Amino acid sequence: MDLTLHINGVEHRMEIDARSTLCDALRERLGLTGTKKGCDRGECGACTVHINGKRVLSCMTFAVMHAGDQITTIEGIARDGVLHPVQAAFIEHDGFQCGYCTSGQIMSAVACISEGNATDGDRIREWMSGNICRCAAYANIVAAVEAAAR
Amino acid sequence: MKPFTYERAGDVAGAVAVLHSDPAASLIAGGTELVNWLKEGIVAPARLIDVGRLPLAEIELRDGFLHIGALARMSEVSAHPDVRARFPAIAEALEESASPQLRNMATMGGNLMQKTRCPYFRAETALPCNKRVPGSGCAALAGANRSAALFGWSEHCVATHPSDVAVALRAFDAVVRVVGPSGERVLGLDEFYRLPDGAPDRETTLARDEMIVGIDVPSAPIAVRSRYLKVRERSSYEFALVSVAAAVEFNGTKLGAARIALGGVAPRPWRLRGAEEHLAGVALEPQAIRAAIDPAFDDARPLAHNAFKIELAKRAVVRALLMAGGVK
Repeated sequence: MDLTLHINGVEHRMEIDARSTLCDALRERLGLTGTKKGCDRGECGACTVHINGKRVLSCMTFAVMHAGDQITTIEGIARDGVLHPVQAAFIEHDGFQCGYCTSGQIMSAVACISEGNATDGDRIREWMSGNICRCAAYANIVAAVEAAAR
Repeated sequence: MKPFTYERAGDVAGAVAVLHSDPAASLIAGGTELVNWLKEGIVAPARLIDVGRLPLAEIELRDGFLHIGALARMSEVSAHPDVRARFPAIAEALEESASPQLRNMATMGGNLMQKTRCPYFRAETALPCNKRVPGSGCAALAGANRSAALFGWSEHCVATHPSDVAVALRAFDAVVRVVGPSGERVLGLDEFYRLPDGAPDRETTLARDEMIVGIDVPSAPIAVRSRYLKVRERSSYEFALVSVAAAVEFNGTKLGAARIALGGVAPRPWRLRGAEEHLAGVALEPQAIRAAIDPAFDDARPLAHNAFKIELAKRAVVRALLMAGGVK
């Protein structure tokens, strides 16, 4: 199928199999490998991106369903070479070990803060519960989100 | 995943017409269930009709009902001020479901169409399951059945229904509006959901050429004092072992009326009408409530590993009623 996707403010045209998830399209067709494919079943959150400003799982939706949508990935949140405050907070608070879940954590955290759900530690833990970290860097992730929300 | 063609529906009539004329067609909206089914080979439609952008996303209190469009997202419904104020159990059931990302995607109609989380049904290697392959048997009946049903099961299937919000909707006597080639039908949740009997592969009475267009919830005063209690094996992002939607109304210091629906114990949300009747005139305190609700579990039929859910459910009902009545 012919498909045009709007990603990080740039229009991308492609010919794509209808079975391609948005996650696979980003990584395999467009080289935007910042978005990670973890469980591919909607359970781990590693593939989190924003569609029309809302956080969603790119592995649980087909790319062809998103013609006309505004998609933001981890590659699109820094501005003019300056890290997004949530990215900077993850570095400052050491919010990762292996880093595989990190882009999903950061995309989820950016949304969590803008939704108003990063008001305290308990609320952050609940509203970030869709992002699993197998290294269990949770304490530092919560600290990073709390700091970025201030 | 088997190949399929993809198209966007222009309107409900068009989507229903395709379903009617093409048995290989399937609807997709939020995708959070269907995409998994396609990956696991649970279903293999040749044609996907995307209804996700049809104008069926209303959330409105009107004419004595809360009208929820089939395509309203779970996160939109749980955040809606009228839902939070008038139906707290619906808002809580939604917020305790899935993850924020999934709630931004999943639709209310799709939520009702979820299939069981029974591990034999979801297994990556084929195991006997009458829902997956009719006639193949039920591996859970004599297998690992810790999460299985207490009520309403048959020897063909012991699975439970996974939806949280359907439990709250059942407590409030919600109805599902569905549209097919010959027009609209309105179904209560006990008419919408089938018990497994001999055909557990069919969870609902929805015809193959019908689609859900909305859910209507009567705006009864009792719903204002309602809570949803979900008991699960971790504190977030997990399906229920047992859940309870409870609502109360007072008559002086005693209960005047109560609503109780259970999740995680049956193939569909399980209303405890007998217990509701016994609660009229009962004080809102644990022993009195427990005595009134105990008989409702006399016809529970536990399997080898899930008898613990009877005591768990009784305690959850007591606690949910206390919470609904404002007892900390």
